[in-house]
Amino acid sequence: MRTEELTLNLGPSHPSTHGVCRLVVRLDGEVVTHVEPVIGHLHRGIEKMAENRTYLQVVPLTDRLDYVGSMYANWAYCRAVERLAGIRVPERAEYLRVIVCELQRIASHMMGIGSSAADTGATSAFLYAFAQRDLVIDLFEALCGARLTYNYVRPGGVAFDLPEGWVEQCRSFVAQHPSAMLEIDELFFGNVIARARLKGIGVLDADTAVAWGVSGPSARGSGVDWDLRRDDPYSVYPRFDFDVVVGSNGDAYDRARVRLWECIESCRIIEQALDQLEPGPVMAEGLPRLLAPRPGDAYDHIESARGSLGVYLVSDGSVRPYRMKVRSPAFCNLAVLPLIATGHTLSDLLVILGSLDPVFGEVDR
Amino acid sequence: MRIEELRERVCAMYPDLCPLFSIEFGDGSIAVPLERVHSAAADLKDMGFDRLGMVTAVDRGDEFEIVYRLQSRDLRAAMFLKAAVPKNDPVVPSMCDLWPAAEWQEREVFDLFGIVFDGHPDLRRILLPEDWSGHPLRKDYADDRIVRRPDYI
Repeated sequence: MRTEELTLNLGPSHPSTHGVCRLVVRLDGEVVTHVEPVIGHLHRGIEKMAENRTYLQVVPLTDRLDYVGSMYANWAYCRAVERLAGIRVPERAEYLRVIVCELQRIASHMMGIGSSAADTGATSAFLYAFAQRDLVIDLFEALCGARLTYNYVRPGGVAFDLPEGWVEQCRSFVAQHPSAMLEIDELFFGNVIARARLKGIGVLDADTAVAWGVSGPSARGSGVDWDLRRDDPYSVYPRFDFDVVVGSNGDAYDRARVRLWECIESCRIIEQALDQLEPGPVMAEGLPRLLAPRPGDAYDHIESARGSLGVYLVSDGSVRPYRMKVRSPAFCNLAVLPLIATGHTLSDLLVILGSLDPVFGEVDR
Repeated sequence: MRIEELRERVCAMYPDLCPLFSIEFGDGSIAVPLERVHSAAADLKDMGFDRLGMVTAVDRGDEFEIVYRLQSRDLRAAMFLKAAVPKNDPVVPSMCDLWPAAEWQEREVFDLFGIVFDGHPDLRRILLPEDWSGHPLRKDYADDRIVRRPDYI
């Protein structure tokens, strides 16, 4: 029988590509021999747009980078601005930032686990995960009125203090969340079909992960014990007791399961932060309406749900950033896809893509 | 590792470049001549900087500046490596042989700045379409659709 290689175009608009991603796949039968991600469909030139806006006007742009984790990009950008302008953030604002970002990690991981579940046909686990995500989004809506693009973290602090009753609502969420995670763990990760679909699929070893600049849960699933919250501590993270979750096999199963256990650790952090939260201002006082940091360049990074998210800012002393660069973990993580997906079947390719949890707003910027 | 300690180690390795090591906003940074950027990166990698966190460029007007951010898990340190790149011949040695992480990031710098990476295995545009003309992050990039916002807001 005559056989030949088949080139298949997948996307850019396809439900299983988790966003606007085009994959050009070469197939031998059902086995992937080569895959090339074609990105940039969502490129809006946010780095260029930032050069035409004042420092405060850039914050809403950062919301639109990782739209599943807007709080992170807000925070990373604000930290870079604060470093440049020498702004000291009030303690209460730092606590609120930690709380919302750990909630954001849960919301984002629910998306990640949910899509891994949906990819393997486990619709029920997907719905369970999204129910939890919705509770977090409700908390955010009560806090800042938005469900997706929050614009909450601002240079110098946060936009609003907590509304009445929010702490109790947050505590009741955190109290029920770990048991919901254990339920998903049993329902999905203990399921024989999920194990068959995820175990040993898309194996990424630790050295390759480091060399390719993979970070976040995608690297920790490979056993790379590196988390900026602990290893380059920022904000008030040194005051909390939490563990960094590390996998061992580096396959799609470990990557997804690391996310699940990270949610439980996030709950521990939120509980401690709520306990330590003291009244006080949430915005630095005496900030000028137009920030004009002295010339220089600064970089700051945080551990987002996808990995180390950094913002590099160059100031020329004017009221606009001279240059803004976003070090996007989703972009760097996606670069290993051709490496780890080759040799697997087409249906596994989509599972592997989902296990890297890319968000194309951040990949393409 | 504290930043002063990092400066001492870098200075021990490159006594002549020591004056080029600066500490700004709590970050160490070394600016090297372009012809030494690859060997300096290789030496820093041997010193323990196992991660290439970021590759980017800045249009400084008369010249480009290429910026690498190196990170080390074991040293618990991070630093910038920078070099000036002439605008009339913007060619930089590729770091792909040291860190494969450079592959996509250098493609992005090529796409948005037009800086050519010598030795890159697959240097093509990555974010913009193949037929795009110009490199948008250059300060002299002209596009009618860009509306300059007024200065008073």
